[in-house]
Amino acid sequence: MTASLLSLRNLVVSFKTPNGTVQAVRGVDIDVAPGEMVGVVGESGSGKSVTFLGILGLLPHTARISGSATVEGVELVGASNKVMRGVRGKKIAMIFQDPLSSLNPVYRVGDQVAEMIRAHQEVSRSEASARAVELLDIVGIPQPKVRARQYPHEFSGGMRQRVMIAMAIANDPEVLIADEPTTALDVTVQAQILEVIQRIQRDMKKAIVMITHDLGVIARVADRVQVMYAGRVVERANVNDLFATPTHPYTVGLLHSLPRAGQDRLEPIPGRPPNMLQPPAGCAFRARCPHAAAVCATSLPELQPYAHSMTACVRIKEIDVAAMSGVTA
Amino acid sequence: MLRFIVRRLLWLPLTILLVTFIVYCAVRTGWHPEQTYKRANPRASQAKVAEYLKVNGLYKGFTGFVRGYFEWFWRFIQGPDHWPRSIKGRSLVYPPLRYAIFNTLRLAGISSLLGWGLGLSIGTIAARKPGSWFDSIANTGAFFLGAIPPFVSGVALQLIFAVELGWFPVAGIYPPGHQGFDLGLMAKHLVLPVTVVTIQVVSAYSRYMRASLLEVRSSDFVRTARAKGLSERAVLFRHGVRNALIPIVTVLAIDIGGLLGGLIITEAIFNYPGMGVYFIKAITNGDIPQLMPYLVITIISVLIFNLIADVSYAYLDPRIRLD
Repeated sequence: MTASLLSLRNLVVSFKTPNGTVQAVRGVDIDVAPGEMVGVVGESGSGKSVTFLGILGLLPHTARISGSATVEGVELVGASNKVMRGVRGKKIAMIFQDPLSSLNPVYRVGDQVAEMIRAHQEVSRSEASARAVELLDIVGIPQPKVRARQYPHEFSGGMRQRVMIAMAIANDPEVLIADEPTTALDVTVQAQILEVIQRIQRDMKKAIVMITHDLGVIARVADRVQVMYAGRVVERANVNDLFATPTHPYTVGLLHSLPRAGQDRLEPIPGRPPNMLQPPAGCAFRARCPHAAAVCATSLPELQPYAHSMTACVRIKEIDVAAMSGVTA
Repeated sequence: MLRFIVRRLLWLPLTILLVTFIVYCAVRTGWHPEQTYKRANPRASQAKVAEYLKVNGLYKGFTGFVRGYFEWFWRFIQGPDHWPRSIKGRSLVYPPLRYAIFNTLRLAGISSLLGWGLGLSIGTIAARKPGSWFDSIANTGAFFLGAIPPFVSGVALQLIFAVELGWFPVAGIYPPGHQGFDLGLMAKHLVLPVTVVTIQVVSAYSRYMRASLLEVRSSDFVRTARAKGLSERAVLFRHGVRNALIPIVTVLAIDIGGLLGGLIITEAIFNYPGMGVYFIKAITNGDIPQLMPYLVITIISVLIFNLIADVSYAYLDPRIRLD
């Protein structure tokens, strides 16, 4: 692996609630190298968004975060407001899920992009506006000069998401974090947005973290994949290896529950994700795992190399992986 | 927007006509004109009574109401010189009304400006850190102070600061018998009533602002603003307060519309010669000639400020289209 740009080490995020402490992220290590597209996949509540909102300090104040997250060597966990402000939007920019609610309804689209520029660069208002129009053009918004003077409600969903992307790349950040950028969009528009994101990665050589629950998106755009379950990374693999030879039983289950040609019915993973107020000791997936054994309850499984992947399953060598991964046959 | 305003302004006279007619009917139904006149002028001859009824168009029956209304309306729009005179001593109606308007504007204006400024600031600071000591004090303080009716807080302030300590006069606008204008004296008389009204305004608006800002602060675009790397200050004001003010400005404009009707309770307690006291006097005397212009002014003020509320809402929120 090349020197990493963004590096998370043993990241832990918890939320204080009236019912107790929710352990949303329980020790996550993720590295992002320059120019690569890292997919982070998992179901709702697996901690994938919380991980990345957490390192940017964008979670509600009930959140507690520990461990380490560095971008270009700068530590983000526990960093001062001043340091965080210099990172947000400048080194790491975010693209959010719902582009309508993520844009301020009362300001013109161009002004919102220009605000991002002026937050980090010493340029005049008019220069920033002109640059905003250029950015809108780059992300494929037709008639950018006219559109810049319109308000978010005058844009379609896909166009709004393009605005969010334009805003995100305004300061030429090192890392883009796309948090479910296509979830709120129509299928056809999803494809267009993914294309824009891919083009930006290619042309501008950006590292991108693609957070999604959609394996289709992962298959299409990601280079490396982190599969998250119950606040932990359970499998890490290159995208081709992940789909060809999934190793962790959860990943296998995920792939099984995808629709395939010639298949009569889907095979969902039985059971439900664990309650994160009291996550189970040992492997969090064991209650739903067909291969669970007594050993699974004893210790929290760490990622270990297996075949081409890293997998967090203590029984990986005993499980008949060949049989499991008949998935892609 | 301009078309909307013009259309609404064109509707205004018709609305005024309709509402004043309803109010006229209500006022006519509420008092027996002959009896009220006799009560106000016990020694009046029968001829005087008949003249009063005739001059004011106080005819009987529904058709009499309609005829009387239009006669009144015609005289009303010709200007104050043509307005029917007061039931008591045939005095002019306009000069005391004007005096009352300016007194009310002074009291309501000062307390509102103070109240809005304080209330909105307190609400903003409270919403910055919900659950902080400032928030707790401001919130419970606003709740309790806002729950005290003005006839309690007014009397309490009078007892403490006027009767016991003697710092401020108990009531009125000038000492009895005072002639001419005196800013210092006037200010001294204003302190207690202004305090009473300001407490009400502050407690209401600090809570509006807190609730509105808290809602805005949890919205996605505020998170976007923070993700941009803006300063907390810019996030709070440019994205938080700016959006939180949208619903509040509407409430505010409607509130101003009602203010011209006078702060009836507060003015009564402090014997402050504003619109509220004017209104109470007119009602107790059944003085229809005094009452009608008061009601018309109140109605127009409410209508105009409702229009301003709509327009300002559309101005502040580009999603609202008025056409």
